[in-house]
Amino acid sequence: MITRSVAIGVPLLAAILFPLVVDNAYLVSVAVTAYVTAIAVYGLDILLGYTGQLSLAHAGFFGVGGYAVGILTSDYGLSFWSALPLALALTALLGHLIGLAALRTRHDYFAIFTLAVGVMIVIVIERWESLTGGTDGLIGIPAPTSIGPLSFASLNAQYYLVLAFLVLTIYVVWALMHSLVGRTFLAVRNSEELARAVGIDTGRTHQLSFVISATLAALGGALYATFLGSIGPDVGDVPMTFNMLVYLMIGGVASLPGPLVGTILIMGLMQALTAFQEYSMMILGPILVLVVIFFPQGLAGQGRVLANKVLGRSGDA
Amino acid sequence: MLEVRDLRVRFGTFYALDGVSLSVKEGEIVVLLGANGAGKSTLFRTISGLHAPAGGAILLEGQDVTRWPAHRLVAAGIAQAPEGKHLFPEVSVGKNLRLGAYVRRRDVEGVRSTMDEVFQLFPVLREKERDAAGTLSGGQQQMLAIGRALMAKPRLLLLDEPSLGLAPLVVEEVFASIQKINEGGTSVLLAEQNAHAALKVAHRGYVIEEGTVSLSGGRGELMGNEEVRRAYIGI
Repeated sequence: MITRSVAIGVPLLAAILFPLVVDNAYLVSVAVTAYVTAIAVYGLDILLGYTGQLSLAHAGFFGVGGYAVGILTSDYGLSFWSALPLALALTALLGHLIGLAALRTRHDYFAIFTLAVGVMIVIVIERWESLTGGTDGLIGIPAPTSIGPLSFASLNAQYYLVLAFLVLTIYVVWALMHSLVGRTFLAVRNSEELARAVGIDTGRTHQLSFVISATLAALGGALYATFLGSIGPDVGDVPMTFNMLVYLMIGGVASLPGPLVGTILIMGLMQALTAFQEYSMMILGPILVLVVIFFPQGLAGQGRVLANKVLGRSGDA
Repeated sequence: MLEVRDLRVRFGTFYALDGVSLSVKEGEIVVLLGANGAGKSTLFRTISGLHAPAGGAILLEGQDVTRWPAHRLVAAGIAQAPEGKHLFPEVSVGKNLRLGAYVRRRDVEGVRSTMDEVFQLFPVLREKERDAAGTLSGGQQQMLAIGRALMAKPRLLLLDEPSLGLAPLVVEEVFASIQKINEGGTSVLLAEQNAHAALKVAHRGYVIEEGTVSLSGGRGELMGNEEVRRAYIGI
């Protein structure tokens, strides 16, 4: 119990104090970008880590969420607070429709199918210029309007807003994984056939997991667009999905801290190495290979293994 | 309660089941004997909705359930413990059992009392409730697989090779519990290669060879049959 409160309290306190201690707008905005990306990476983990399917359209849903909020706020004059639920609902619906077709396939075929979906989403964004601004992107997305005395005009206020959404996301993922629904996800990943034999409607389970995953991607994208004030088609493109996948693999698939640890670590590392940006893949590639060989459960997964060894516990999922 | 009529299952051009008919009556233990590859597992997979048949019909208490999806069949009262003690190995024994009750998940009280019944049947599972299922011995895993199937409160229990890979003493223990389950009112359809152990508890049996029923009869008839003795009992 004590270890758990430390494991939650220390990082949370560090995150709360971070903008006050560093007092550097650049670093704070790097942290905000990492947090919104981490939210989407949690979505990727729901699908890959818990039901065992890899969606390469993930960044596409990130883009859809971002564009939806951007268009609703800048072109239709909605406030962020009414645009956000609409954007999430829209992406969930889109995810549901795509899932109906994509989830007739599994594993490699599902990845290939969603790769095609990811490419199509970017093409639609680029070509539907009247709505999305095409390759120029969308600019002038307003910051969230104040709620009562809470104003989100300053950078630090936006940092705390994004942090709150991140904490909420982690809580939702935690609660989901400790519910019967979460156990059915694991059962499906473990063996789809066995899951069917115990009476689980595996089609519905996959569908639910895909929709939740797309919705979390959209939440990340919506916050990203709002925070930056602009969004371009690149963020919805397939290479972004692969970045998220790298964060997830390095952090640890199917572990609660994994997506956060991986995203902050690698995005932080890339920022520190901006001078070598062109070589980023040459740096990331070997790191990924080493992690996969030596820590197949990712860094956070490895941390849990070590902690269990030290505390003498046996593993129980 | 279960009637299978002229069931045909095809893999490509090969008929794994070529016109199988059999029945299980209320309260019976029925055993399917047959060598590896005779089609026993395919028959089970088809009855439980994991494989679509090419022809024939499956009736559960007179209702045609031939192309029902697996989860609907579990809810209708057919639960199975698949071959090779399939479990969710990283998940604890208790959670494996609760997953078995997935189709009754809203009936919290009922699930708890069924779990007590399973623990009474297999006390060792209560002791290991918090252990990961993968850490159990072979016999315990088989008990867990059966217990998990019971959690769905089936009227018909399908058991595919429950003796597979178990020591003789454990086999006896498992079959004794199958008999107890049956006395509690659950009909059982059992696929076995260990004819000796299976025929001790079964009321009737069928012999499956190359995808068809080659022989059927009561326990005594099959026990006394020369062919069965030579091929499946080995004495």
